[in-house]
Amino acid sequence: MGAMVSLVAVLVLILIAYVGVKVLSLQALFGVFIPYLAVLTFFVGFILRILKWARVPVPFHIPTTCGQQKSLPWIHYSRIESPAGTWGVVVRMAMEVLLFRSLFRNLKTELHDGPKLAYGWEKWLWLGGFVFHWSFLIVLLRHLRFFTQPVPGFVKIMDAVDGFLQIGSPHLLMTGVTLLAAVTYLLIRRFYIPQVRYISLPADYFPLFLIFGIASTGILMRYFLKVDIIKVKELTLGLASLSPKVPDGIGAIFYVHIFLISTLFAYFPFSKLVHLGGVFLSPTRNLANNSRMKRHVNPWNYPVKVHTYEEYEEEFRDKMKMAGIPVEKDEPETAEADSEESEGKE
Amino acid sequence: MYDGGKIIIGLLIFLAFATFPFYSNIGKSVAKPEPSLDTPVIKALEKKECVESKDFMRRNHMQLLIEWRDSALRDAKRDYVNSKGKHFRISLQNTCMKCHSNKKKFCDECHGYAAVDPYCWDCHFVKEGGR
Repeated sequence: MGAMVSLVAVLVLILIAYVGVKVLSLQALFGVFIPYLAVLTFFVGFILRILKWARVPVPFHIPTTCGQQKSLPWIHYSRIESPAGTWGVVVRMAMEVLLFRSLFRNLKTELHDGPKLAYGWEKWLWLGGFVFHWSFLIVLLRHLRFFTQPVPGFVKIMDAVDGFLQIGSPHLLMTGVTLLAAVTYLLIRRFYIPQVRYISLPADYFPLFLIFGIASTGILMRYFLKVDIIKVKELTLGLASLSPKVPDGIGAIFYVHIFLISTLFAYFPFSKLVHLGGVFLSPTRNLANNSRMKRHVNPWNYPVKVHTYEEYEEEFRDKMKMAGIPVEKDEPETAEADSEESEGKE
Repeated sequence: MYDGGKIIIGLLIFLAFATFPFYSNIGKSVAKPEPSLDTPVIKALEKKECVESKDFMRRNHMQLLIEWRDSALRDAKRDYVNSKGKHFRISLQNTCMKCHSNKKKFCDECHGYAAVDPYCWDCHFVKEGGR
């Protein structure tokens, strides 16, 4: 159900852009106004979202670790799995952000006859996620060629390496294909695995369909339907230099592509996609496992009014003595007696 | 804010990267490429027409060229019939470059603008004195 809603939403978006350009000739709306609005929404929304999260205190010290904690010097500890200091955390975060280490630990859990619980190899989600994120990043950076002039060297190198197979002309860029393949896998996975399908919501399907739409319109535009790329760059470079212009005669596929991307940008700060920033703010990842060395004080702790035992005994000592209840500190008659008694206790 | 310093530094680094296309372009105006048709052969032409229409060539020349390559080199077929039924000899050097002999002002004008580096010239020789 969630999948249908999301699919229909993306199809409607495609239709809106297509009709808007083909029938209503709203090139300036879809090519300039909406992209600007979307990018503005993205930046403002993203900053506000991060600042909102930054204001949330971390009440407990909750790093999730899977290694020996640093304790006594002769016990070997796991520097990265259970980091004790900032550098360990930095390395662990880098491995999480760049290599998706925690996904790599994913296991398949199966219940066999007996009953026996078995854990199996399951790296497909890691592989799918890894390929998806890195392809998307490279595709995004490659698009800098439309937003810069002169184009930076690293973008050209990326393009050359990405297209080094020299298949066809315009040459096939591998990351475009791997992005589409990975997003397809991630989508099919949600349909195919019953448990995952059960927990999947429109918020899961929509970004996948949207990115599927973005990748496929991009591939369609580059290899099949063709647009005049020089006019496209005139438009995109105009957007980047804040002096927008809309050249005539760019195919509708371009406007569909840019409208879907605008949707993604605008949708980004309000969706689960902000894990882009959120991953850095996860307390289970970004805290050092040093709870035995440093006391973590809940920032929202307020001074609690307490009545200590000393104060209690001070208040009720006479009554306690009368009832024969032992007291810690007897009212000393002389200093000598007091010291004698304490010696006697020891 | 908790750990505000670190978070704001992180946010600033992100913004510095993410807004790169904007601040690197601000105030710049790049002239759009004007591929030149100013060659002796084109000037001498009565009807200035490429093998296909201008719009088709702008969008599809790369595909046409790769099809020509495959046809000439792999199938040894050097005859191209265009959409109007006119015949052309398939040859980059002798057909395309006969008219468009100004690679720098024709090909490179747009390819430079769009940062496209076609590998035509890995094999083909450019007459106008080196690459």
